[in-house]
Amino acid sequence: MNNVVLSNTFRFFFLILLQVLLLNNINFMGYINPYLYILFILLYPFNGNQTLLLILSFFLGLGVDLFEDSGGINAAACVVIAYIRPVVLRFSFGVSYDYQTIKFSSTPIGSRISYVAILVFIHHFVLFLLEFFNFAHFLLLLKKTLFSGIFTLILIFLTLALFNRRSR
Amino acid sequence: MQQIINFLIRNKNNILFLLLLSVSLFLTIQSHSYQKSKFISSANFVSGGIYSWTSNINTYFNLEEYNLRLLEENQRLRTRLATYEDSLEIKDFTDTSSYEGSYIFRASEVINNNYAKVDNYLTLKSGSREGIERDMGVVTSKGIVGIVENVSPNYSTVISILNSNSRINAQLKKSNHFGTLVWNGEDPNVVQLIDVPAIAPVTKGDTIITGGRSLIFPKGIPIGDIIDYELDQSESYYTINIGLFNDMTNLGYVYIIENTAQEEIKELQNITKDE
Repeated sequence: MNNVVLSNTFRFFFLILLQVLLLNNINFMGYINPYLYILFILLYPFNGNQTLLLILSFFLGLGVDLFEDSGGINAAACVVIAYIRPVVLRFSFGVSYDYQTIKFSSTPIGSRISYVAILVFIHHFVLFLLEFFNFAHFLLLLKKTLFSGIFTLILIFLTLALFNRRSR
Repeated sequence: MQQIINFLIRNKNNILFLLLLSVSLFLTIQSHSYQKSKFISSANFVSGGIYSWTSNINTYFNLEEYNLRLLEENQRLRTRLATYEDSLEIKDFTDTSSYEGSYIFRASEVINNNYAKVDNYLTLKSGSREGIERDMGVVTSKGIVGIVENVSPNYSTVISILNSNSRINAQLKKSNHFGTLVWNGEDPNVVQLIDVPAIAPVTKGDTIITGGRSLIFPKGIPIGDIIDYELDQSESYYTINIGLFNDMTNLGYVYIIENTAQEEIKELQNITKDE
């Protein structure tokens, strides 16, 4: 148990720093940035305390906002995906989630992709909606959500492949 | 009473979600309204410290380019100085010590720079201890950068011209027709000048400079040149696309401009309004 707390704490701070110091400066094709820091919310223990996750997600997003001068857009997007995470978990992993016995690294690849993709795209959509703050650039918003989302997805699965080798 | 408490405990996640969401939405809305101090800004001890630490490393990679820029600026200033000294001998001496609006320039270093978002901000490595205050202008040797927004003892944040909330008075160099400089959020090298009267002589390649109507920038700081332009539907105002002289994606060192007459002018304007 202690190990889980420690690794999650480390992940929390490491992901914020990685996001603001490195990933926010990529600007691929001018405007595409991956938002890898939501990996914290995705990997939060499935049977962990939901209330604690909401609070932690808020501070995770706020930490990124603090560096980006973006008000509370990351905090809002993080709180939204933390809130709907149980629903998506049940949708993607089905019954096995209800028994709360599964671990992320031992789930089938198909349901893992759907779980990550749904949360990533919802997060990006909320994030960019609040960043633009109007519907005048709706097409640009969808374009940014799609491209940044794909970028984030690739990075998330690369990261998972890199760091989960040991446990398999 | 018991039921209320039970209700709260049962729905604690929903209530917490709504609470946290409204706090973050409040912060978001606040960040979209210009002219308000923000609770969350990168001009603080933690993020300022981390940014200045990383920029210490990053500046080494750009030293050559910064040196070239300084050389270029020195060359231009020396040329102007030479012509100025020449003209002194011919013309009568004009006293410039009481020149209208005296400006103080302070050098500073950019430790964080955004340009890919719709609302972009910069973080500078000088704050109120160096005399930086809100609403001072920020420029480089090539053109304008933005306006100081939040200040902490050691750091300050700047609302970039690449920000949808930014409104700066600008004018044509060859005539005095002026408009408002805004950004549509698309290309970090192109900004828009709106509300220029249709009577203004606009041609491609003309230079746009800051107008003297704001108390923030002195008149005549270069901004960019005209790429293209079009009349609006009522055919009375131009919308002009301007290619920036400044490369906003690569800023190293900047100058912060203090207008020492700002207080006096504001006071005077307030008195006039009240009467």
